[in-house]
Amino acid sequence: MLIYAHSIWSEAMKSLRRNRIRTVLTILSLVVGIAAFICVVGVGKAGSAKVEEQLQKLGDNMIWVEAGSRATNGVRFGTRETKSLTVDDARAIFAEIPGLKRMSPNVDGRVQVVNGTQNWNTTYRGVAPDYFDIRRFEIQTGTIFTRDDVDRDVPVCILGQTVVQNLFPDEDPVGKSIRVQAMPCRVIGVFQPKGASASGWDQDDFIAMPYTTAMKRIGGTSWLDDIFFSATSRTAIPIATSQAVGLLRERHHLHPDEPDDFNIRSPEDVIRAQLQASELFTLLLGITASLALLVGGIGIMNIMLVSVTERTREIGIRLAIGATEADIQLQFLSEAVAMSLLGGFLGVIAGIGTSALFQNILQWEIKLTPQLLLFSGLFAAGIGIFFGYYPSRKASELNPIEALRYE
Amino acid sequence: MAISNPTIVRSAAKSSSTAPLIEVHGVRKTYQLGETEVHALRGVSVSIAAGDFVAIMGASGSGKSTFMNILGCLDKPTAGQYLLEGIDVSGLTKKDLARIRNQKIGFVFQSFNLLGRTTALENTELPMLYSRVSKKERESRAREALALVGLADRAEHFPAQLSGGQQQRVAIARALANQPSLLLADEPTGNLDSRTAVEIMDIFQRLNAKGLTIVLVTHEPDIAQFAKREIVFRDGHIKRDDVLPSPQVASDVLKTLPTIED
Ligand SMILES: Nc1ncnc2c1ncn2[C@@H]1O[C@H](COP(=O)(O)OP(=O)(O)OP(=O)(O)O)[C@@H](O)[C@H]1O
Ligand SMILES: [Mg+2]
Repeated sequence: MLIYAHSIWSEAMKSLRRNRIRTVLTILSLVVGIAAFICVVGVGKAGSAKVEEQLQKLGDNMIWVEAGSRATNGVRFGTRETKSLTVDDARAIFAEIPGLKRMSPNVDGRVQVVNGTQNWNTTYRGVAPDYFDIRRFEIQTGTIFTRDDVDRDVPVCILGQTVVQNLFPDEDPVGKSIRVQAMPCRVIGVFQPKGASASGWDQDDFIAMPYTTAMKRIGGTSWLDDIFFSATSRTAIPIATSQAVGLLRERHHLHPDEPDDFNIRSPEDVIRAQLQASELFTLLLGITASLALLVGGIGIMNIMLVSVTERTREIGIRLAIGATEADIQLQFLSEAVAMSLLGGFLGVIAGIGTSALFQNILQWEIKLTPQLLLFSGLFAAGIGIFFGYYPSRKASELNPIEALRYE
Repeated sequence: MAISNPTIVRSAAKSSSTAPLIEVHGVRKTYQLGETEVHALRGVSVSIAAGDFVAIMGASGSGKSTFMNILGCLDKPTAGQYLLEGIDVSGLTKKDLARIRNQKIGFVFQSFNLLGRTTALENTELPMLYSRVSKKERESRAREALALVGLADRAEHFPAQLSGGQQQRVAIARALANQPSLLLADEPTGNLDSRTAVEIMDIFQRLNAKGLTIVLVTHEPDIAQFAKREIVFRDGHIKRDDVLPSPQVASDVLKTLPTIED
């Protein structure tokens, strides 16, 4: 049996070698198909990973309540003018609405910060300790402030990297004192850099302090700019959001015909939609690439059918000297499978190569999983068997006498 | 061109004493061509003993090739019976028929029918490929068979690099590779010059002398003279069936023919 399989296989290989150009062209069509397939899936996955990464940076199932309404014509009323959103609103929502696990009332604004002779204009954010979890801010050195610091409106702050670079070019800021506007403030920590956001602003150019400190000592306000919540899960977001809308309207005594004086968003939804779009895009590209593969397969079938006609006489000779139908079919199928395997193998290599090229151009990390490569290789072999079957059967069913007479 | 190795030809002794190698009873072959029926064979009965050397003659279209195809198990008769070594071939499956063609029958064609871009050696190995002989043994037996037809030194040549006579000898070597009991040759000398034709007949006579049964179709009476028996077809019937009392000896004739050497 082994002798037989080996003999038929080597007979198939000989025949492929005898028709070098035809073999190369057939393999080439598969190589292109497989490489395109790998590339498309790889690039698509890398794109999704990129969006996923942004999503991760954005926050942990975040719900964002912002002061100020959206006017009916789409132009927003100045958020800064709206004074109705309060710390009590934040506490009430957090206490009464299920499905929320973290809460941070926030104020923010522009501020001048000074260290000796260095000074810098940046954004301050007055927040609660939960803020850092919601937005996934990590501390590089030092610590964050505590609830106790919030209760006692302690003048402490944590600096973003850009602020550190401008105020403390060559020293460790932790433990030092800076001036924030007129307020002396101790630096207790430095954030890990976050880099530029998706829309391009510098996420490291800010300082954070307890919201109480910011409200009493910097802004002098009693209202909030926004409140951040973390929902317990993604699915909790829509329900919690609509309940928060109801509660806030009630607390702000809004008539049913009055618009909201706040607006609630979950920015992750936007990104999720983006993610879905990118996944859909990957799928579409994948389908296109599969079609390319399919065309490659039909190409194989086409070339093999032509080859069967071309080799009619050869088949006749083989049948006359005692080849069975199974022998002939096996040989032709072997030829198809060999071409597909080689095409698949070279296609995988070409796919890896082109993906590397795309990686350089797009600056995305393209990960080609072993599963993807394996799948592509097997897919190629499958194509060989599938599209080689019909021509090989046709070859085996030739009438030996007519085949011998064929010119 | 000496026939050096006698082992390649199977001894005919065991089957010749009992039933004839070939028994054909009332074989008909009718082709349906649209409305009209073509009667290629209209009832042929003949018996050929093992070790015989038969030349089949007859006008073009008289049914010779059709008959050979049936003898070679490439085709089945429309009616009648064909027994090969006592076995009724009509009851066999396609796979069994392929096996018989592979094991018991060797074919030689007018147009040689070698695989192109394939060496003489590989062409000769081909029948053994389908009888599942190991590569090593295939090669040694193929070399033996090539030596038998005087082509030991041309084993690595491609058909395009060989003369017609040499190609036909490769085809004979291929036909002998599986040590068949029957050699069928349909106009094997039709494409060859007269001296080369006699050389082929010399090979056939030597093989026949070792017990190989040969059935040969030819248009040339000169060629038929080398056989032991002559059957003449006409219009799908056997018109004549004669034993030739004293066949010509090809090796003797060769001595009288001028060699065209360069
Ligand atoms: N496949 C076929 N379909 C229809 N008719 C056929 C077929 N094969 C042979 N015939 C007819 O059968 C008859 C016998 O043909 P065959 O080939 O046996 O003749 P032949 O004696 O070998 O002739 P030649 O000496 O020219 O080779 C012819 O009339 C031929 O036309
Ligand atoms: Mg004929």
